[in-house]
Order: sequence, then C-alpha cells, then structure tokens
Amino acid sequence: MMVLQGVLLVLVAVGGTAVVLTRDPLRQAIVVGIFGVLLGVLFFAFQAPDVALSQIVVGSVALPAMIVLTLAKLAQLRGPYE
Amino acid sequence: MSRRVRSGLFLVAAAVFAFLLIWGLLGLPDFGDYRGPYGDVLQQVALPERHTPQVVGATTFDYRGFDTLGEEFILFAAALGAVVLLRQQRGEEKDEEEEQDHPADRQRRDTSDALRLLGLGLVGPLVVLGLYVIVHGHLTPGGGFQGGVVLASAFVLVHVAGRYLILQRVRPMPLVEITEAGGAAGFVLVGLGGMIAGSTFLFNFLPLGEPGTLLSAGMIPLLNISVGLEVAGAVVLLFSEFLEQWLLRGRGGGA
Repeated sequence: MMVLQGVLLVLVAVGGTAVVLTRDPLRQAIVVGIFGVLLGVLFFAFQAPDVALSQIVVGSVALPAMIVLTLAKLAQLRGPYE
Repeated sequence: MSRRVRSGLFLVAAAVFAFLLIWGLLGLPDFGDYRGPYGDVLQQVALPERHTPQVVGATTFDYRGFDTLGEEFILFAAALGAVVLLRQQRGEEKDEEEEQDHPADRQRRDTSDALRLLGLGLVGPLVVLGLYVIVHGHLTPGGGFQGGVVLASAFVLVHVAGRYLILQRVRPMPLVEITEAGGAAGFVLVGLGGMIAGSTFLFNFLPLGEPGTLLSAGMIPLLNISVGLEVAGAVVLLFSEFLEQWLLRGRGGGA
C-alpha cells in the first residue's frame, strides 16, 4: 500500500507539473482532466473514496468542460484559436 | 518592472514561501497519525445511532448536516449568479443581432460518427450510475453531490454526441431550473421536518430501518436525493448557459 501511495504521489507531482508546462490552453484542458483522474486515484489509495469520486467528477468532467466552452467562446471573440 | 527586478522579487517571495511551507510541514503529525477525537467517535457511533455503514455520509448529511446545507447553497448561489449574468447578455445580444443560427456553422459543428456513437452509448449507463450513486449515498461511497455531477455529465455527453438542438429537447430549461431549486428547497424542507416533529432543524424524524438496506439511515437518503437533484440541475444549467454563450457566436457579443 505504501509503495502504491508513493508511486501515485510521484505521478500526481508529474501530472501537476505537466499541467503547468502545457502552454496551449486547449491541450491544458485535456491534461488537467487526466491530472484530475490521477488525483482521484491518489485519494482512493489514501482510503478516501468519497473524496476520490468528487475529485473525478469535478476535476475531469465539470472543469475541462467549462474550460473548453470558455475557450470556444474566446475563440469567437478574438478570431480563430491558435 | 524589468525582468531582473521581477525575478529577484520572485526568488525572495519563493524563498520566504518555501521556508514557511517547510516550517509548517515539520509541525504536522506523522504520516497516518490521527490525533483528533471526532473521527474515532464517529466511527463508533454512526452505525448504532444512524443505522448506516457510510460514516462519511452520516457525518455530512446528519452530524454536520447544517454545514452541508450551506455548501449546497454555495453551489445554488453560484449557478444562479452565472445564469443571471449570462442571461442579461443574451438579451442584449438578441437585440443587436437577429440572425444567430447559421446553417453553415451547424454543419461544421457536427461530430464524427465514432464520437457520437460512443457518447450516445455512454449516456444510458451514466444516468444509471448517477442515480445509483445518489440513492446509495448512505451505503457506499458517493452520494448526492457526486451522483448529481455524474447525472449532469450524461447531459453533457448528449451534447458531445449530438447537436445542440437535440440537447434542447432532452433538456427543457424550466424543468432543469425547477430541479435545481426543488433540490435546494428539499433539503430545507427535510430539515424543517425535524422541527415539525418537535425537535431541532435537521433532527432525524424518520425511522432508521435495517442497517445496510436501501430504505435505512432515516433522512440521509432523502437529503442525498435533494442534493443530487440540486447539483445535477446546477451543473446542467451552468453548462447550458456557457454553451448558449458559445452559440451566440456574435463577435464582441457579451464583451
């Protein structure tokens, strides 16, 4: 269990860094969704399944959906998204 | 501010922050070392007192149910605020620009068949999963909040899989609004039930039932369903309002 928790902690650290290093907002929305799942698995490994479920539904469903929609609207306002 | 000054400022701030962080971390209890009494007490009393094995659910919906009421209304107020702001803009937009629905655009928005098939195939299971998570909130991990978002994501998938027009048919806005408001009101009404029964707000006035069965744990399942409806309604509402903004497509619209 400790090994699993350690591995997941490292994965979450890598995932968080990946989100920050992704400069393209549209890709960032996808990466942050994957990061959300990782965080959910981490919570699950730390025996908090309730929090894990909340994290997964918010972090990888609601948040990316809102980001993508916002980006789509911004693209309309500012011209094609680059 | 020059780049040099800026990075200097950042380094100083980062050093101070790192110092405070490490100082704080050193003062934490050891890994896995729990010192508070509440967790242990709740583990002991939840099953005999509330007839539910889901201590987290018993805590959030019963022992600190009033906090959950506040949390529920945070989401309610946030969704309401977003809707009020965005609808006002939509009204302005309509005055300026009559022609909003461009057939050419709708063609472009069509999704691939593979995505559509996968999305539509997932809608049914997601609805079932959402309902399951909500009504089993007092038995298994999850509950109204998680299940509500799962339910809402099924509606999001309908959009991903199909077109907005289909979504409008399965997502009648008045119904969504009533669901959201009804869920929020349901929580308060269940709470008032405790007062009508002659005790305090959110006092459990329902029979506790057999532990581990669907109809048990008193009012916790009812509160889960209320929160589930409220959250599902709020997320669908927020998503639709954002989507509506995108479909308005007017350059500078709302800006």
